[in-house]
Amino acid sequence: MTDSKYFTTTKKGEIFELKAELNSDKKEKKKEAVKKVIASMTVGKDVSALFPDVVNCMQTDNLELKKLVYLYLMNYAKSQPDMAIMAVNTFVKDCEDSNPLIRALAVRTMGCIRVDKITEYLCEPLRKCLKDEDPYVRKTAAVCVAKLHDINAQLVEDQGFLDLLRDLLSDSNPMVVANAVAAISEIMDASPNAASVLEMNSGTINKLLTALNECTEWGQVFILDSISNYTPKDEREAQSICERVTPRLAHANAAVVLSAVKVVMKLMEMLDTGGDYVTSLVKKLAPPLVTLLSAEPEIQYVALRNINLIVQKRSEILKNEMKVFFVKYNDPIYVKLEKLDIMIRLTSQSNIAQVLAELKEYATEVDVDFVRKSVRAIGRCAIKVEPAAERCVSTLLDLIQTKVNYVVQEAIVVIKDIFRKYPNKYESIIATLCENLDTLDEPEARASMIWIIGEYAERIDNADELLESFLEGFQDENTQVQLQLLTAIVKLFLKRPTDTQELVQQVLSLSTQDSDNPDLRDRGYIYWRLLSTDPAAAKEVVLAEKPLISEETDLIEPTLLDELICHISSLASVYHKPPNAFVEGRGGLRKVLPPKSEQAEGLVEELGAQEPTAAPPQPTVIPGADSLIGDLLDMDMGSGPSMMQQQMYPAQPAAPTPAGGSGGMDIFGEGLDNLLGGGSTGGDMLGGLGDIFGMPQTQSYVPPQEVWLPASKGKGLEITGTFARKNNQINMELTFTNKAMQPMSGFAVQFNKNSFGLMPAQVINIRTPLPPNQSASTSLPLNTQGPIQKMEPLTILQVAIKNNIDVFYMSTHVPLHVLFMEDGEMDKKIFLATWKDIPSPNEVQYTINNVPHNADTVSSKLRNNNVFTIAKRNVEGQDMLYQSLKLTNGIWILAELKIQPSNPSFVLSLKARAVDVYEAVKQVYENILHN
Amino acid sequence: MIGGLFIYNHKGEVLISRVYRDDIGRNAVDAFRVNVIHARQQVRSPVTNIARTSFFHIKRSNIWLAAVTKQNVNAAMVFEFLHKMTDVMAAYFGKVTEENIKNNFVLIYEILDEILDFGYPQNTDTGILKTFITQQGVKSQTKEETSQITSQVTGQIGWRREGIKYRRNELFLDVLESVNLLMSPQGQVLSAHVAGRIVMKSYLSGMPECKFGINDKVLMESKGGKSGQDEGRGGYVKSTSGASSTKTSIAIDDCQFHQCVKLSKFETEHSISFIPPDGEFELMRYRTTKDISLPFRIIPLVREVGRQKMEVKIVVKSNFKPSLLAQKVEVRIPTPLNTSGVQVICMKGKAKYKASENAIVWKIKRMGGMKECQLSAEIELLNTNDKRKWTRPPISMNFEVPFAPSGFKVRYLKVFEPKLNYSDHDVIKWVRYIGRSGLYETRC
Repeated sequence: MTDSKYFTTTKKGEIFELKAELNSDKKEKKKEAVKKVIASMTVGKDVSALFPDVVNCMQTDNLELKKLVYLYLMNYAKSQPDMAIMAVNTFVKDCEDSNPLIRALAVRTMGCIRVDKITEYLCEPLRKCLKDEDPYVRKTAAVCVAKLHDINAQLVEDQGFLDLLRDLLSDSNPMVVANAVAAISEIMDASPNAASVLEMNSGTINKLLTALNECTEWGQVFILDSISNYTPKDEREAQSICERVTPRLAHANAAVVLSAVKVVMKLMEMLDTGGDYVTSLVKKLAPPLVTLLSAEPEIQYVALRNINLIVQKRSEILKNEMKVFFVKYNDPIYVKLEKLDIMIRLTSQSNIAQVLAELKEYATEVDVDFVRKSVRAIGRCAIKVEPAAERCVSTLLDLIQTKVNYVVQEAIVVIKDIFRKYPNKYESIIATLCENLDTLDEPEARASMIWIIGEYAERIDNADELLESFLEGFQDENTQVQLQLLTAIVKLFLKRPTDTQELVQQVLSLSTQDSDNPDLRDRGYIYWRLLSTDPAAAKEVVLAEKPLISEETDLIEPTLLDELICHISSLASVYHKPPNAFVEGRGGLRKVLPPKSEQAEGLVEELGAQEPTAAPPQPTVIPGADSLIGDLLDMDMGSGPSMMQQQMYPAQPAAPTPAGGSGGMDIFGEGLDNLLGGGSTGGDMLGGLGDIFGMPQTQSYVPPQEVWLPASKGKGLEITGTFARKNNQINMELTFTNKAMQPMSGFAVQFNKNSFGLMPAQVINIRTPLPPNQSASTSLPLNTQGPIQKMEPLTILQVAIKNNIDVFYMSTHVPLHVLFMEDGEMDKKIFLATWKDIPSPNEVQYTINNVPHNADTVSSKLRNNNVFTIAKRNVEGQDMLYQSLKLTNGIWILAELKIQPSNPSFVLSLKARAVDVYEAVKQVYENILHN
Repeated sequence: MIGGLFIYNHKGEVLISRVYRDDIGRNAVDAFRVNVIHARQQVRSPVTNIARTSFFHIKRSNIWLAAVTKQNVNAAMVFEFLHKMTDVMAAYFGKVTEENIKNNFVLIYEILDEILDFGYPQNTDTGILKTFITQQGVKSQTKEETSQITSQVTGQIGWRREGIKYRRNELFLDVLESVNLLMSPQGQVLSAHVAGRIVMKSYLSGMPECKFGINDKVLMESKGGKSGQDEGRGGYVKSTSGASSTKTSIAIDDCQFHQCVKLSKFETEHSISFIPPDGEFELMRYRTTKDISLPFRIIPLVREVGRQKMEVKIVVKSNFKPSLLAQKVEVRIPTPLNTSGVQVICMKGKAKYKASENAIVWKIKRMGGMKECQLSAEIELLNTNDKRKWTRPPISMNFEVPFAPSGFKVRYLKVFEPKLNYSDHDVIKWVRYIGRSGLYETRC
């Protein structure tokens, strides 16, 4: 009989029957029953009711049955903590078993049961197991320390497990070392104060490198990842680590290879760039990276995402390997798209012919996304490799001839870029482009086509007709098309003023009167004013020379790239995002590449003396298609507000000059006045602008100083103080007053452990000695890297102050808003997802009475304190503000503020994963809103 | 690290669910089903992020394996692990199918408990796992037995146990190469590489140290000529390597080794030395791109005669020693989707139009070296109003030849077992070379 039968039982009264079977005397029947229970658990049925019955089966010498019961326990112990206690005895007993497999099983399972009461009992057995004679038990115990730390970090530190764990790094067994490393890395990640005990030094790194040769493939990954977090003290050490890591590049496991690549890439930063050793390293890196492309497709994907980063950091590594990135017919689509990205990056004059032939091939494939990207890539090639531009353009024309709708549209989008890069070179093809006008249905393609028409309006005879045809459905167009159409028609007018007045007036009125899009309206007004006041200036502004288009696309911003290089092989490198963008909770230190060693720096300086330092010019980045905010003059494919500022700027000096009186002027003078209502509207408009641009209050809220230590308790020392956040820095503002008879000196401050790990970032800087009857103020910067202990209430901070007289203790409340981070603005989508994700029991409502503000002032006030308004909605007359904020320890808090007009009571709803912070957050809202 | 591991059937029903970390809730199981398996649009990445939770998945026939995490894990490791996991399952109960998974779910839980601890992969060597995860119920192991198991699981040589004995010490080496080619219609090689594997079957007593010698340029140069004389000893069955018999050494772009190979020794002394696992394993993988002797060449000629007819002529040329025979030769010629009928004529082998696969499949059982075969076909097309041109997928080919197209040669494999009384000479060694087609495509 096979086990699959357990999946089929769904009859009523099942639980009852199972109960009977579990309590059966027959061993076989018992075991069958437990299997059924596990099967039900797997498919998602709730079998927690059977807890006592299953636990009763635990005391058995049948290892298989024991494992099944343990599996059940791990799943349900949390929901039945009192019952779980029943199992403790068996665990403790099993930890003493003569069979090491059972000892390890017990300690492994115990760590997975997240019940406080059980963890207390776990400590002693765990301590024994960490020193067990059997390596299998020790390696299991090592991981168990990490488990325990996850449940109760304080306990692990108090019980000295960190030291025991560190000792395991010197274990004779390589697997024990590997698991200890894994556990240490995790603990250091989670709590910074453990770092002091577990910090790696060259001695431990040496031990790890020795174990590296002998442990399992997974162990090698743990060790390499951990080594990558270590910064060697000098160039020599960096090189010696590299030498011992490079053999791993020949390992069959892709994870080992990539982790080794990570270590080498990081350490190379410290080595002399021109040296032979770096050259040899660069040579060594290419083959294993190429080999990864013959692994399973999923691994290829991870490899390709990483290669994308590596190529951006050090393009020399793979510059000769173009061919391996050619797409295979049956590569999965995700591999194809990534390969294409890398192909474009590696394209150069030497390989352009091959690349172009390939791209042309790809453009005829089936997958729409892939084809589009291929067409786009052809355009990129044209921009990147000038001598090949002509061939690229003719390839694109061939593709346009296929008449495949999306190919044509994509081709037109890239041809627009080519026109920008090589002005007045390829306009002969415009006729062909115009033939396809009516097949364009995507906004980006339409906008591009309109741009081309506007740009070359003087050469296209029927440009006015073409643009007019677009104008018919103006209101239904996408914003970027509308903006582009507006600009193109104004260009046309400036180039051919005689016969296009009507058209331009039409578009101006459409965009200023009939549109509710502020960007469009504003641009319309600006053009209008510009044209009416000084057409010459208008010409200068609208037809200005455009800045050069850059060669590279989608480059990752350099500091982010450096950070991602430190995360090679990890998820961050797959997403191309820093870990804190997708990992919750942990503040985690940002990883940075090690600085160049002194020696290397000296060398660079020497070189610098001979020739200017060869820092590569930073190309301006063309944003990817989805984030096209547009470049400023008139390429506003994504309708960015930034464009307006740029255009307004040159317009200002032109404005006061009286009208020059060209042909088109007269008509405009009138039209404008009518439309603008005699200029008064214009004034209003500017007034409004002034309001918006008027200096907002940028001060964050600082509560008034309070007396923290009265003179009566401080033996004559009175301390008042408060907390403030200035320039991303938490400060404790202190005023010391000496009310005693003798001068005071030798001040020192210390904090007790507190909820947010606050501690002084420097020693207190105060004028000493402090003579009697005088006061001195100081501002003490704080950081959040101190020891953490949850306080009750959360915001309490106990401070000890010492002077030459005595030590005094005082207790203060930290207003939570000084802990709000500057980067607390959540992406809208993430906000939505997170809001949904947090269960509704976590939501709490407060009412804040008597607020003397409206929605706008509220959000700007909060904004100054790093509470970010992400969205504003008006529902049935009441304003809803959606806000996010982030604490220094990485906790996100989402808020919804409901504001009814003419009701000074606001309703505040909070949502966060950690509910303990609510009270303090609410207090902050109270304070800020009443301030 | 890995927070949880789920296995689903094609319908998205959970077959196995094992959660390792507290941050992964039960809803993660459903999130993956809804957003990936049942996603309206096919998911286009093996890594998916749903509400700050990352899902890694692989698919084996219609089974989904998904690993879940909320942390910044080592992505390459997770995928390597998932693949290893399927290997382990296959080694225990054969094909990874829904039926087999359901039949062995207790076993799978037991394995998962062992090879993943708190999301950290542990020893995943099937040979070792099988010594103590047996599903045979209780076996009262003696103290010696258990301590032997634990030392193997954690040991330096985690892939081999002590005390193996064979009456006849024997080993088999298979050099398996797959040739990959992409050729333009004009016969220009766009890309070609050989992916080679050395699979070893060892039946050796004790803890034998092996040294392996190949004709890699770098290795040979660093050794000088001194070990040249080792060739041809013992019981080698020498396979003549086809076209490249004149070449003495080849340039290997990159190679990778089984974890038993001492990598540091390879790096410093350029020698491949190892203590092999018992039985079959993959010793080495390598890749070459230079001087590949391509066993076959296809010359396509496709002509569209009007809108309703196409003429195809294919010539296949074999390019290796006439004394050798290629086997299982198969040429696959794609046809347009609107094909209504095909007439094929070929001089050798059998050719058939397979409507379901949109291709003409031409099979030739055996083909000698330096030969040429031809096929011509007339394809009738239906009238369609589909504007899109047919994209002409490449013509692909499968075959098997008895030599290594890269020119790879085994020079020696020496066995030392200092503790037992057998020497290198007593070991019977077999070598075999097989070249297979990988992706062997010619555009037309």
